Amino acid sequence: MPTLSEAASKALLATHGVPVPGERTAATVDGAVEAAEQIGYPVVLKLCGDRIAHKTERGLVRLQLADRAAVEIAAGELLGAAQPSDGDVELLVAPMLRANRELIAGVHRDPQFGPCVMVGIGGVLAEALGDVAFRLVPITPTDAEEMIDDLAMRELLEPFRGEPAVDRGELERILLGLSDAARSEPRIDSIDLNPLLVVDGRPIAVDALVELVD
Amino acid sequence: MPAPAGLRRLFDPRGVVVCGASSHPGKFGFVALHNILSQGFEGRVFATNREGESILGVPTARTVSELPADAPLDLAFVCTPAAANEGLLRECAQRGIAAAFVTSGGYGEAGEDGRAEEAKLVELAEELGILLAGPNGQGVVSTPSNLCAQIVAPYPPPGRIGVASQSGNFVSSFLNYAVQTGVGISRAVSAGNAAMVTVPDYLDYYADDAETGVALAYVEGIADGRAFFERILSVARRCPVVLLKGGATAGGQRAAASHTGALASDDRVFDGMCRQAGATRAASVEEAFEAAATFATQPLPAGPNVAVLTTAGGWGVVTADAIVASRELVLAPLAPDLLAAIDEELPPRWSRNNPIDLAGGETRDTIPKVMELVAAHPTVDAILYLGLGIQSNQAALMRAGGFYPGHGLERIVAYHERQDARFAEAAAEISDRWAKPILTATELAVAAPDNPGPAAVRASGRLCYASSNRAVVALGHLYRYARWRQRRGLG
Repeated sequence: MPTLSEAASKALLATHGVPVPGERTAATVDGAVEAAEQIGYPVVLKLCGDRIAHKTERGLVRLQLADRAAVEIAAGELLGAAQPSDGDVELLVAPMLRANRELIAGVHRDPQFGPCVMVGIGGVLAEALGDVAFRLVPITPTDAEEMIDDLAMRELLEPFRGEPAVDRGELERILLGLSDAARSEPRIDSIDLNPLLVVDGRPIAVDALVELVD
Repeated sequence: MPAPAGLRRLFDPRGVVVCGASSHPGKFGFVALHNILSQGFEGRVFATNREGESILGVPTARTVSELPADAPLDLAFVCTPAAANEGLLRECAQRGIAAAFVTSGGYGEAGEDGRAEEAKLVELAEELGILLAGPNGQGVVSTPSNLCAQIVAPYPPPGRIGVASQSGNFVSSFLNYAVQTGVGISRAVSAGNAAMVTVPDYLDYYADDAETGVALAYVEGIADGRAFFERILSVARRCPVVLLKGGATAGGQRAAASHTGALASDDRVFDGMCRQAGATRAASVEEAFEAAATFATQPLPAGPNVAVLTTAGGWGVVTADAIVASRELVLAPLAPDLLAAIDEELPPRWSRNNPIDLAGGETRDTIPKVMELVAAHPTVDAILYLGLGIQSNQAALMRAGGFYPGHGLERIVAYHERQDARFAEAAAEISDRWAKPILTATELAVAAPDNPGPAAVRASGRLCYASSNRAVVALGHLYRYARWRQRRGLG
């Protein structure tokens, strides 16, 4: 199934109100360094392209790059790791965000019920926990509120380890944005916001993947 | 969507004809006629039989066309082989029959040829303007008409639960619970292959049916999920819907790239759909029945705040745990003025907290008085009442113990039994007066159903819950539905 690159996925979802980090793209090592200087260290570097759906598994994500030299090395390595089958690629330079909590959200096209919005507890245990809730597109603000309340671990949304409570309003707006995107853009098959990092209480989609219908 | 007129004839026919009635008590054609006759159907009963013999005192005709010209026929209950049914439907149409319940098998459940036959039958029924229920269904029950047109038992007591099921055996399960608990049924139908009339069609009819207060359904395969959602949503706006779902549905392929897809089990999507549509989803058949029975017999709570009223400590503690664990219902602390008012009725050793543990401090009128105080208080939305029937349980032992009626036993036994009946009656009256649910739970409901306590709960038309945990689950369903309505401005 065709996918949009991370940058294109985020650009699309941003038009539906999904908050994404202030990121830049670069085609070269020098471009990546320039972007990193503007964003401020530390940064994250990813190799990004329409045909690259699983960056982490291929080692195409470099975290915690603290200075110019680190960015130069990582950018060179990532560009060198591109394979012919990846097609057009670019570097995505993003601020290194810190958070203790990860959520997951998305859109799934169910064979019986059609497109559904999902929200859940994210992180490495997300699939094992399976603490997620679904609603059929389109959802109302009340549906968004209620599906968050469905989560078994919803206490994680309360003040946590010195961090403020998750901004429920913002999270609800993200879910409404996903519903809106799924409804207004029929070419979308699925959306993954994974993780939806909770930074100072605000959920931000630090990774996004839009799959398109064949 | 079938016209309600046909469903009206299905549930409240002026006359029924059993097509393919048999003189052999082992055949469905006999059982159907027997069940209709034996449960006192209010309309006229006719039957057809190839030999034209008299069955159970009913003279039969060989064909529908040969039935008396003035026979008021609305419903054909079809027990004939599939091959005969096309001709039969045409005859039924000529006689003005508006609805046919088809028990015959050999249709959609029987492979490709059967599916083709079924499609033909539906097409014909549509052309003739006949509502076709089934085929391959067990029958229809409608207590307002004393109609027991089914090839299985039981016949339930009358009540306000409307049942529709994709599995006939689940109809029987729900009806058996109705018999056991005394919380009765308005209509029940086994949708069979649901060739023309689907489970949502029946639920839609129940939503506007004055005899029905809650719709209870068992569903498994759902052909068009989106349409199902829209129908259930529409029903839930008008009346509570309790769903029991069986079986994993055809999941379809999961896209490898999507974590969302990997997490989207059919069950989770179905669960979310239910919550969105306002339907109550139950995890088991008894939970489904008890939820429906609670909707049918208790007012909706205005909020989550539950007060537990108990005559013994341990029950209250366990019930409090269940309320807290529900994460939706709330065990609210007692308001100071309510506390002070209860102080007036009890010796100082009572719990002075929620659960309200009377700690054996009750005298003749304490329980109704305290219950009234609690129900009247604006901070309380619902009451769970525990401890009914204890004294009558002892009374039963005294009755059977060999010393009865001497030694003053007759008097004390009568007093205990009268008190428990009074308490059960008070729970229903106070609940009605304040329009707040009051659920009574005791294992005596099943351990000693004739105990005057549980028996009086049944007589009041309400469910006596077999445990406080089950009452908490049922109340949780009511609260969720009430909240769903409130949040959507449905009052």
